[in-house]
Amino acid sequence: MNSKGASTSGGDGTRDSSAPRRNSKKPKYSKFTQQELPACKPILTPAWIITSFALVGLVFVPIGLASLSASEQVVEIVDRYDIDCIPEQFQKNQLAYIQNSETNKTCTRNLIVPKKMNSPVYVYYQLDNFYQNHRRYVKSRSDKQLRSTAYEQVTDSCKPEDKANGSAIVPCGLIAWSLFNDTYKFSLDSKVLEVNKKNIAWKSDQDHKFGSDVYPKNFQSGELIGGAKLNASIPLSEQEDLIVWMRTAALPTFRKLYGKIEVDLELNDKITVVIQNNYNTYGFGGKKKLVLSTTTWIGGKNDFLGVAYLTVGGMCLFLAICFVLLYVFKPRTLGDPSYLSWNRNAAGHPS
Amino acid sequence: MDHDRPSPPPLLPEPPIRLDPAARSTRVDLISFAVDSPVPRRGSRADSERLATSQKELSDDDARLVYINDPAKTNERFEFAGNSIRTAKYSILTFLPRNLFEQFHRVAYVYFLVIAILNQLPQLAVFGRGASVLPLAFVLLVTAVKDAYEDWRRHRSDRIENGRVASVLADGGRQFQPMLWKDIRVGEIIKIAANETIPCDMVLLSTSDSTGVAYVQTINLDGESNLKTRYAKQETLSKSVDKEGFAGLIRCERPNRNIYGFHANMEIDGKKVSLGPSNIVLRGCELKNTAWAVGVAVYAGRETKVMLNSSGTPSKRSRLETHMNRETLLLSGLLIALSSVVCVLAGIWLGNHKDELDYSPYFRKRNFSSDDEKYYNYYGIGMQIFFTFLMSVIVFQIMIPISLYISMELVRLGQAYFMIRDASLYDEASNSRFQCRALNINEDLGQIKYVFSDKTGTLTENKMEFQCASIQGVDYSGGKASSPRDWEVCSVVVGNQFWRPKLLVKTDPELVRLLRSGRETREGMRAREFFLALAACNTIVPLTVETPDPKQKLIDYQGESPDEVALVYAAAAYGFVLVERTSGHIVIDVLGERLRFDVLGLHEFDSDRKRMSVIIGCPDKTVKLFVKGADNSMFGVIERSINLDIIHATETHLHAYSSLGLRTLVIGMRELGSAEFIDWQSAYEKASTALMGRGSLLRAVAANVECNLHILGASGIEDKLQRGVPEAIESLRQAGIKVWVLTGDKQETAISIGYSCRLLTSEMTQIVINSHSKDSCRKSLEDAIAMTNKLAAIFPGAQNTITGTGSPRIPLALIIDGTSLVYILETELEEELFKAATACDVVLCCRVAPLQKAGIVALIKNRTDDMTLAIGDGANDVSMIQMADVGVGISGQEGRQAVMASDFAMGQFRFLVPLLLVHGHWNYQRMAYMILYNFYRNAVFVFMLFWYVLYTAFSLTTAITEWSSVLYSVIYTALPTIVVGILDKDLSRKTLLKYPQLYGSGQREERYNLKLFILTMMDTVWQSLAIFFIPFLAYRHSTIDGSSLGDLWTLAVVILVNIHLAMDVLRWNWITHASIWGCIVATAICVIIIDSMPVLAGYWAIYHVMGTGLFWLLLLGITVAGMVPRFAMKAFTEYFFPSDIQIARELEKFGNLDAVAASEIPMSTFSPRHRRFI
Repeated sequence: MNSKGASTSGGDGTRDSSAPRRNSKKPKYSKFTQQELPACKPILTPAWIITSFALVGLVFVPIGLASLSASEQVVEIVDRYDIDCIPEQFQKNQLAYIQNSETNKTCTRNLIVPKKMNSPVYVYYQLDNFYQNHRRYVKSRSDKQLRSTAYEQVTDSCKPEDKANGSAIVPCGLIAWSLFNDTYKFSLDSKVLEVNKKNIAWKSDQDHKFGSDVYPKNFQSGELIGGAKLNASIPLSEQEDLIVWMRTAALPTFRKLYGKIEVDLELNDKITVVIQNNYNTYGFGGKKKLVLSTTTWIGGKNDFLGVAYLTVGGMCLFLAICFVLLYVFKPRTLGDPSYLSWNRNAAGHPS
Repeated sequence: MDHDRPSPPPLLPEPPIRLDPAARSTRVDLISFAVDSPVPRRGSRADSERLATSQKELSDDDARLVYINDPAKTNERFEFAGNSIRTAKYSILTFLPRNLFEQFHRVAYVYFLVIAILNQLPQLAVFGRGASVLPLAFVLLVTAVKDAYEDWRRHRSDRIENGRVASVLADGGRQFQPMLWKDIRVGEIIKIAANETIPCDMVLLSTSDSTGVAYVQTINLDGESNLKTRYAKQETLSKSVDKEGFAGLIRCERPNRNIYGFHANMEIDGKKVSLGPSNIVLRGCELKNTAWAVGVAVYAGRETKVMLNSSGTPSKRSRLETHMNRETLLLSGLLIALSSVVCVLAGIWLGNHKDELDYSPYFRKRNFSSDDEKYYNYYGIGMQIFFTFLMSVIVFQIMIPISLYISMELVRLGQAYFMIRDASLYDEASNSRFQCRALNINEDLGQIKYVFSDKTGTLTENKMEFQCASIQGVDYSGGKASSPRDWEVCSVVVGNQFWRPKLLVKTDPELVRLLRSGRETREGMRAREFFLALAACNTIVPLTVETPDPKQKLIDYQGESPDEVALVYAAAAYGFVLVERTSGHIVIDVLGERLRFDVLGLHEFDSDRKRMSVIIGCPDKTVKLFVKGADNSMFGVIERSINLDIIHATETHLHAYSSLGLRTLVIGMRELGSAEFIDWQSAYEKASTALMGRGSLLRAVAANVECNLHILGASGIEDKLQRGVPEAIESLRQAGIKVWVLTGDKQETAISIGYSCRLLTSEMTQIVINSHSKDSCRKSLEDAIAMTNKLAAIFPGAQNTITGTGSPRIPLALIIDGTSLVYILETELEEELFKAATACDVVLCCRVAPLQKAGIVALIKNRTDDMTLAIGDGANDVSMIQMADVGVGISGQEGRQAVMASDFAMGQFRFLVPLLLVHGHWNYQRMAYMILYNFYRNAVFVFMLFWYVLYTAFSLTTAITEWSSVLYSVIYTALPTIVVGILDKDLSRKTLLKYPQLYGSGQREERYNLKLFILTMMDTVWQSLAIFFIPFLAYRHSTIDGSSLGDLWTLAVVILVNIHLAMDVLRWNWITHASIWGCIVATAICVIIIDSMPVLAGYWAIYHVMGTGLFWLLLLGITVAGMVPRFAMKAFTEYFFPSDIQIARELEKFGNLDAVAASEIPMSTFSPRHRRFI
């Protein structure tokens, strides 16, 4: 307590006067350091709660209705052909039929257009129970090799489909190896319906992911043929079926774009499809379906989005009403200190 | 000797001696830095050995031999440390291994390391090499950079310190030459000029003062700002070192941490001279008021006492973190459960499909490209299951949030920043800010249930003021009424100058008259002797200070104990001015007459005797013994056969003084006959030059001579309450915190302070336990318990009433003294005491020793889960501070020992209120929310991954890119939670101070408990379901590819968790806005960047998917559907079951606080300004 006098006694006067200010450790005042920044303090008042629920409800219900109607407008023809396309005598032994290269795989299906389909009509094949998202499968590719000839030998990730007869496979890996190889030929009243197979792949993939100077090499030359063969004279960037296939599906049931029919299909049109049923889904209990579909702004046919929006919107409206009722029947003054726990008994409030 | 003993370390059986006579009356001081080490430090073995040697007396075997002025010889046999110091932990070479080693002490890091290593095995490689190591590397890197920066600063300060210059007697030479500090060796002779810092511990040889006195300021060492006196020995004083040279041998004890102890002897000119703590000056001290001093280095560098005492900050773990570890265990259980589910399902799937897998295009078990057609990457179902298990642990690893640990550290850093910068925790008087010494228990401040407080210096200012005296059984306490008198009375004429004491003390006119006039009366003589005793029986050093008026000088009394200083100022005010002190004599101006007294001997204060004494040779050739000390120790040595009525009257006065809250000292004296004096002198000299057992020998000599005293009187010194203490205690009590006061003071003093600080109130029933045997203790305790039970029976249901204001129960106070505690603590009676004490509203312990303070804290700490806080300012509080969950040191008058041992330090007791009620509350709320949120945030991600795994044939594919998985908790969602953890606040400072009861939220653990955790986890599962299944159902049977869906999920989960956070933010300022919305944008940018790399499988996916309306509708749908249950629950509970905090928030926003305050029970002096909160 007495030390200040003693310690500053040696110093001269000027230092004395300036010292306290310089040495003061008093924190400088600022709104930030004192934690007093201007701030908004939202509180969930009844008005806010009811408004937000009602607002969500009022936004969601129309969106739901719009989605449902959009989904309604989509015309979709789904035809499962994997069982039906196997001749009677092979029904007991489907695997033998599909693995035998001698058997005739041609199969003819007739489809009736249930509703007018405006062009473009998208042609998909749908595979069920095919785990394109299996860990072993998704990793079995070499993106480097696909892009550039310089990386032709980079096939480590492609095992076991990395090399055949001692040299690298291009494109390597299970994904490319298992390329879907059923083909469809459409005809309407014995007139051929052209299927446009151009521009079915992502432009970005064609431009940057699949090299225009990379040609298939040594592909499907191993003992076990997994699927389609590729024309070795066409660069990968032009092999659109391969590109589509190699964008692996997220879910075990998926569709892949096969092509587009660029004419309108009228109601009750009878479309004949000649299918080359080559692809083996029988070995693992998969299904194959041919899908013709139009699209709208929400994509293909799917009622879920509309139903979900309607449900959530309806719930919110319901909650809004509930809260209105609750506030009417059990009101509470906001910020009434008599509700504080230590005041409750004293003030005689029901707790 | 136990080396790795748990804290607290046992106190020294034989406390080191310290000149602290003032503490005799009230405190059982035990001052040693040896007590100062809470944590067993590395090398504690060596430490404890050194400690032990300091306790024993010096024996030749473990002495250190220092040849004065012969550093070569000194250093040839032993490896003494050089004077260069090194506080830095690492060098460039050792940084990496040592830093990593230290970082991996955390179990969490080891966990992540193991996971990263597992991931490197080819069979288990879930993530790429880089991605798997990145998060851990990031965390390690951040910490390493922080450590490196800190260490660099230490290196820099070391360099500066080592590069300072001192003047050293050149080897063998005859003159002082400048030398760098780091080159100084033990044995060298060093000359220090005024205001220079002392480079190493050295024994004083001579000083500019003819009597060999040097004054040092030890503020760097222990924070005490007063000057301390050190002496050179007479034998060395006369030698002119640089002219004649110097030779001798010092035999001193090994380096130890006790800064108040030093044992050595010096052989010089064939004579053996003993050296003690007053002959050594320590590194870090500054030489003051002395032109120069010459000394010989005895300890250098890391062996100096200051370096041995620079212990690290204590490391504790907060309550919240302990609970967090419990939930972390739960989450690990969940992680293992999820992994088990996956691996069992994977096993079943493999079993069902085992015939197909050879050829199936997506599995291709058989490797046809190899000649033997072996399996490719397939090791049988058993191994596959095992691998799947390990892989799922790797995939789901962030269930245990690694980033939480680093976030918590950052948040605590931010919280500490705000506490330090808080203007309301700044103490103007001592110019000290709040100090955060422990960084990891900030949130504990919000959960305190017991506060154990010291009294002196904590509740009171420790600025002593002489108030009244009882002399010869007459009470003179009229000083309070009188006005300060003019200067002449107590000023001293020296030459043509007036010297006057720096501080004025009010005097009693009656007593002044008696002193002036009554030279011949017996009363007058006694009164003069009384004040002579006050002026002589001390260790105070008078310093003269210049004033602007050249004719006037101020006398500034410097001493180690505030009580002594107060007494000397009082003596001066009554005309007994201590003018000069040298090692051999003192000069006292007695009522205008300058007299020289020889100080023949001084028996220092120690905590056993609780008194000090001085033997004075008076000018009239008589030898007098003056003793002053605590009443209970003094009445034992006062001759009771004579003056019995005076003794009784004094006892009555003492009782009255202490009832007023004054600190009392009893003063006695005796004239020594010549025979007795000679006896004493030979014994004293023998004892003080003894090499073995000097301390105990001196004590024996003192005890021998301090007997049969005449009572002179008693003094009453007031120790003022600190500002705001009663209000602070009231606030703490309303906050539901029990305040216990543990003091060394007498019971009456303690009770009166208790009243004045509103700890005790008149309606309280006091239960007093003053027992002197175990049986009576047991009985008192049983009575006390019976009483509490009886009261509880009268007012049932009023148990927890300290918080309630309308309590009908009679409050109880338990008052217990140290003697009783001796029989209670650490015996089976502890349990009884615990029952009785916890049933009482207030507990006051008086006359307690430092260890008992710790024992009382332990009493609560070991039996309940309640958080304890100990606050104190002195060395005697160190053990208590270390024992409590949170230790707070008051940086006050009594040095820094308490601060050094504390977790937090501040200037005033009343800061405890904003510290606990405001910062503690905020810290707890923030940290609790942050931990819960981090668990939620990571778990929602893991669950989302888990649902997807169910649709990938249990093969643990993630649709989300590995980079997003890795960056998720580090970048995508890390910043907002840290910002909210630092900045969000539920209530304003004003509200929290106005309603201390709001503190209960932390005490009841309302913001973090198992129930909340489980609720959060349920919400987590729902949100993850929404995130996963809404897109899943919407994209079922579509052409969606994995990368696009993964991007959607990534964005959805990031948006959802940030919206979740946004919904819980209570206070939005621009920083919060920026961090939350910025993080969502940053995530989108990251996803876009990742998808712009052609080598990654997901190239351009985000652009494709963003172009569809479905994507945006799904994001909106996920966010709303995920949030609706939480929002509805929140709205419902906040409105219909509002917590106190919620009501207070509404009050802040809508209520008129001032209008409300009028109807409230007036409770706080922290009155809000007349302004509404906006």
